[in-house]
Formats: sequence, C-alpha cells, structure tokens
Amino acid sequence: MSAPVLEIKGLKTQFQTRQGLVKAVDGADLALGHRETLGVVGESGCGKSVTALSILRLLPQPAGRIAGGRIIFNDRDLVRVSRAEIRRIRGNEISMIFQEPMTSLNPVYTVGFQIQEVIRKHRQMNKGEARTEAARMLGLVGIPEPRARLNDYPHQMSGGMRQRVMIAMALSCHPQIMIADEPTTALDVTIQAQILDLIGRLKEEIGMSVFLITHDLGVVAEICRHVAVMYAGKVVESAEVRELFAHPAHPYTVGLFESLPKIGGRGGALRPIPGVVPGLFNLPPGCAFQERCFKAEPRCRQEPPLRAAGADHMVRCWLPGE
Amino acid sequence: MPLSYISRRLFHLLLILLGVSVLVFLMLRMIPGDPAQLLLGEYARPEELARLRTQLGLDRSYPIQYGIYLQSILRGDFGTSVRTGAPVVDEIGVRLLATIELSLAAMFIATLLGIVAGVISAVKQYSVFDYGSMFLALIGVSMPIFWLGLMLIYLLAVKFPILPMMGRISMGLEAPAVTGLVVVDTLIAGQLGACGDALRHLLLPACTLATIPMAIVARITRSSMLEVLNQDYVRTARAKGLGEAVVILRHALRNAFLPVVTVLGLNLGLLLGGAVLTETIFSWPGLGRYVVDSLMGRDYAAVQGCILIFAVLMALINLIVDLLYVLLDPRIRVHA
Ligand SMILES: Nc1ncnc2c1ncn2[C@@H]1O[C@H](COP(=O)(O)OP(=O)(O)O)[C@@H](O)[C@H]1O
Ligand SMILES: [Mg+2]
Repeated sequence: MSAPVLEIKGLKTQFQTRQGLVKAVDGADLALGHRETLGVVGESGCGKSVTALSILRLLPQPAGRIAGGRIIFNDRDLVRVSRAEIRRIRGNEISMIFQEPMTSLNPVYTVGFQIQEVIRKHRQMNKGEARTEAARMLGLVGIPEPRARLNDYPHQMSGGMRQRVMIAMALSCHPQIMIADEPTTALDVTIQAQILDLIGRLKEEIGMSVFLITHDLGVVAEICRHVAVMYAGKVVESAEVRELFAHPAHPYTVGLFESLPKIGGRGGALRPIPGVVPGLFNLPPGCAFQERCFKAEPRCRQEPPLRAAGADHMVRCWLPGE
Repeated sequence: MPLSYISRRLFHLLLILLGVSVLVFLMLRMIPGDPAQLLLGEYARPEELARLRTQLGLDRSYPIQYGIYLQSILRGDFGTSVRTGAPVVDEIGVRLLATIELSLAAMFIATLLGIVAGVISAVKQYSVFDYGSMFLALIGVSMPIFWLGLMLIYLLAVKFPILPMMGRISMGLEAPAVTGLVVVDTLIAGQLGACGDALRHLLLPACTLATIPMAIVARITRSSMLEVLNQDYVRTARAKGLGEAVVILRHALRNAFLPVVTVLGLNLGLLLGGAVLTETIFSWPGLGRYVVDSLMGRDYAAVQGCILIFAVLMALINLIVDLLYVLLDPRIRVHA
C-alpha cells in the first residue's frame, strides 16, 4: 500500500443506551492509501457506519462517544482536534455521502443552495461564483441541464439523481478523502452500477481516496484496491482485493464468499452463514464469531491474535499459520 | 405559488362566508319573538318597528328576506346598535383594530418566546432548562386565562403598581388615528413618550393572551425539533462543516416550523376565545369585549355583525396559515 492518508488505530466507539453500553466499534484498525479505494465489508450491524461517522465525529449525540484509539489524517489525530478544526475538515478535506439519498438532502432548500452552501463555507467565492461552480459540479456528476437543475428541490428528483447531487456536494471542495457509506444500497441495480462508475471516475479525476462501505463483495471486487472485513466492531481480516478473494483466511470471510452467488459459476447451493450477528451486549469472551464458526475450538474463547496470512494480508483468528 | 391556487382558496373563502351569513340570518329568525323588535329593543317606537319590518321584508318568504339581508351586508350596512344608536359597522371597525393590535402583540410574544424556549429545550434535551421550560409550558396550557389576568393585575398593577391595569393609552396622550393601532399611530405622530405609554398598556393583556399559545408553541417546537434533529439531512449539514448555529437555525428549525404553523392554525379558535376573556378583564376596547357587552345588552344587530366579522377573521387567518405552509414547504407547492 502507498503511504496511507488515513489511519485508524484501535478505534473504540461506544453508545450509552438504556440497556447499557454498546461497544459498536471495539478496537478497529484500518488504513486508507493515497488515491486508493478501500472497501469495508461486513453484515449489517457490524460497525461499518459507526466507524465512518467516527472519522468525522458525526456520531449521534449525546449517546455516541469515541472511547479510545486514534484516527490519523495528515499528521493530525481527528479524535483530538478541536471542534473548529474538525468543521474545517468536514466537507472540505474529508467529505461523506450516505446510504439514504431520499432523506439526506434538506427538503426545504433547492439543491443549488445546498451545494453552494458547502462551497461558500470552505472556498473563498461570492454567490455568483459559487453558483457557477455548483452547476459545474452537477454537470460533472452527469446531471443534464445543470444550470436549470440548481433551482430544483430534492423531491423533484429520483433517488439516483439525489445521490448524484450528494456526490456533487461532497466533491465540490475537492476533498482528499470521500467516505461513501453504502452509497448504492438504496438504489435500483442499474442505477447502482452508474453511481459506482461515477465514483470511480471522479476519484481519478479529483485524485482522492475513497473509503467505501458496502455489504456487497461484488462491488468490492469491481472498484476496490484493498478490502477490510468487519465483524462485531473489529476488523477481522484485511488484504488486497485479489489476495483476499484468492485466499480468504478468516472463517467469517469464507462464509461471506459462500453466501454469494457465483457469477457464471459452478452452480451449487448458496450457503448462508448460520446464525446472526450476536447482540453487542452479550458477546462471548474471545472471538465474537465463535458461535457461528464451523471451525471453532476451545482456544477461541481467548482473544485471537492479529497475524499475517500472506503479503500485506492480516487476519484476526487462531487458525491460520498452522 | 400558483395564482390558480390562491384564487381557488379565495373562492372557498367566499363559500364559507356565504354559509356563515345564512347561519347569522337564521339566528335572528330562530330566537322566539319578532326580529324587528329584537333588533330595535323593547323601547322601540311602533313606527320605527313598522319601518324596519318592511325594510327586512318580514312579511315575505325566507329566501327573499335572506336576499335583502345579504344585499345590506354587502353594502356594509350591519344595522344600528340599540345601545348607542350608531351604525354597527363603525363601532366594529374601531374595535376590530384594537383587537388586532392586542392579538398581534400576543402572537409576537407567543411565537418568539415559544420558539426560543422550544429550540433550546430540544437542543439541550433533559437539561434543567428543558425540564423547567416544559414544566412552565404544562402550567401555561392549563392556566385559566381569567385567573391569570386577574393575578397579573393584582401583582403588577395593584400590589406593585408598575404597569397600567386597563385601557390602551393614558388620557390625553392619544395620537390622531391613522392605522387604528395606537402603538403605530403614536410612532407616526412622533410621540415616543406616548408610544411607550401605549406599549406599557399593551404589555399585561398581551402577555395574558400570549400564555396559552406560547406554551403550545414551545411544546410543539421542542418535539418537532427533536424529530428534525435526528433527520439525515441534519447529519448532512454537519458533514458539510457548517457551524452548529447554522445547522440548528437554518437546517433544522426551518423544517420544524411546519408542525408549529399547523398547530397554531388549529388553535385559532382558542386564541379568539382568549381575546374575548382578556379584553373583558383588562377593559380593552376590542371586539371581544364588544361582543360580550352586546350580548348582555341584547344588541342583536351588533352580535350579528361581530359573528360575521369573527368568521371573516377566522377564514382569513386560516388562509394565511395555509399560504404560509405552502411558502414554507416546497413539497406542497407542486401539489397545490
Ligand atoms: N445511535 C445508536 N445508539 C445505540 N446503538 C447504536 C447507534 N448507532 C449504531 N448503534 C449500534 O452500533 C452497531 C453498529 O452499527 P452500524 O455501524 O450502523 O452497523 P453497519 O455495519 O450496518 O453500518 C449496531 O449494533 C447498532 O446497534
Ligand atoms: Mg450502515
């Protein structure tokens, strides 16, 4: 991997709830290379979104809290920078798009206004310049007649169009990193492909890195360079995409692949991973996956070590290397 | 906003007013007794009664009588007050403006303080301020206006005589009527002292009338803000790097307004009822007090006129609320 622009080390993010403390992210390590796309995969509820929100300190308040770890970006620890500093970074150096394009734009303002708002916040532009720039961004994300669309309200657009607007907004200050949290999950399959293509193309054009959250391994195979697999708040395996697809080491990763239909492949029944993601309140001691794991052993009741399973390939499991 | 929508709403307004005029017309016919006698009072001379009977067409069928009635109110002829002998229209005109001045002041206080309290309560949920202001709001909605007004008078006008207890302005300070709103008229006349005096007169009744709507606005604003603050677009606004004040005031509050406007619109009847009580307590020379006095004095022409004016007011305010709603929410604009 090239020198990382963003490194997450031992991140712990917790929620204080009525039922108790939820350790949504519990010691996650991730690295995003310069101008690379990192895919973060895992079943829903494993802490992907919370990790992403932690980066920009956008956790729901007052319940959510970063309890430990570091998030290093350009020699700064985002966990500790001042509020003013994190606001200068948000939307400017690191921007974010979300899973729900239908509700992520403010219904009472035009899309033009909402894009200009972020431009005028971070770039020294007057109203006219910001408007021109907003139209240029809309054109860039493939919205026809961008000038006219500036005056549209979000409800006048389809989900796919709204996600394009979100992307235009996210890229309008030429960020170094774009975090995309399941940007296509809520969209039609054909639109999904278009949006992913768009993200890939703009990444090259702007020269940024992309932190892509998805639960779709197909998407990862298509546009990611590196991939990290999360389970119950931890990164259980990470590697280059080709390495991971060729030699998945963690039983959970293996399970993820087996639950996928194989394209043009030797048929065979899909094998879903048995059980569900355990409740974060009553995790077993040791490996969180042990109860669903087909290779579980007594020692899995102790915290598994992080080990190398190949070149640039890390796995958090007792199994490999024996 | 499309003109066709406004014209359609104005047409509805017209229908409603026609309906009200029918009810007001029937009111006088339902009360036992001779309508002419009711209108002119028990001391009317026989020749006056006879003249009014022909004028009202009392010997003719109801539809024709209604036509005559409609014609006269369209001409602005609401009849003559039994108590003063003056045309009801003139009496209502002056008092309507007094009521409007009081209501505007009350609405201003209620929305301003209610929204500020609601927003702070939502942003600082479960804080001392939140608990305190919501407790006060709970007391506020259940406060009998009559009792509150009397307590305020007792405390601030009698026990500690800081504020005047009745009327719109002190004797001798009146400015020539231009708008009919005393505070504005004194300003136009350049008499700042008199304007201050008028404001001091306005303060107690306006606060009394404002209490219930203020409590309602505070509670709705709080719950509506709490809901909006959890919306994805508020997170988007933060993700853009906007400051917290911009996020709350521009992105959240603007959306939280919609339910507030609706609830205010639904509670208008309550406000008008409150105006009647408040004006009576503070001897405020407005429509509310006028209608009570007219009822007491069996001044049926005046009562009829007041009911019509109240109906027009309610319908107009409802129209304004709806238009405001359309202005605030672009999603309604297309359907409208
Ligand atoms: N606001 C919250 N309050 C309490 N728990 C939360 C909150 N948000 C997320 N969590 C918990 O954190 C865990 C991870 O959630 P999330 O990161 O959204 O998962 P995903 O991988 O599907 O994006 C879940 O178990 C969820 O219950
Ligand atoms: Mg998620």
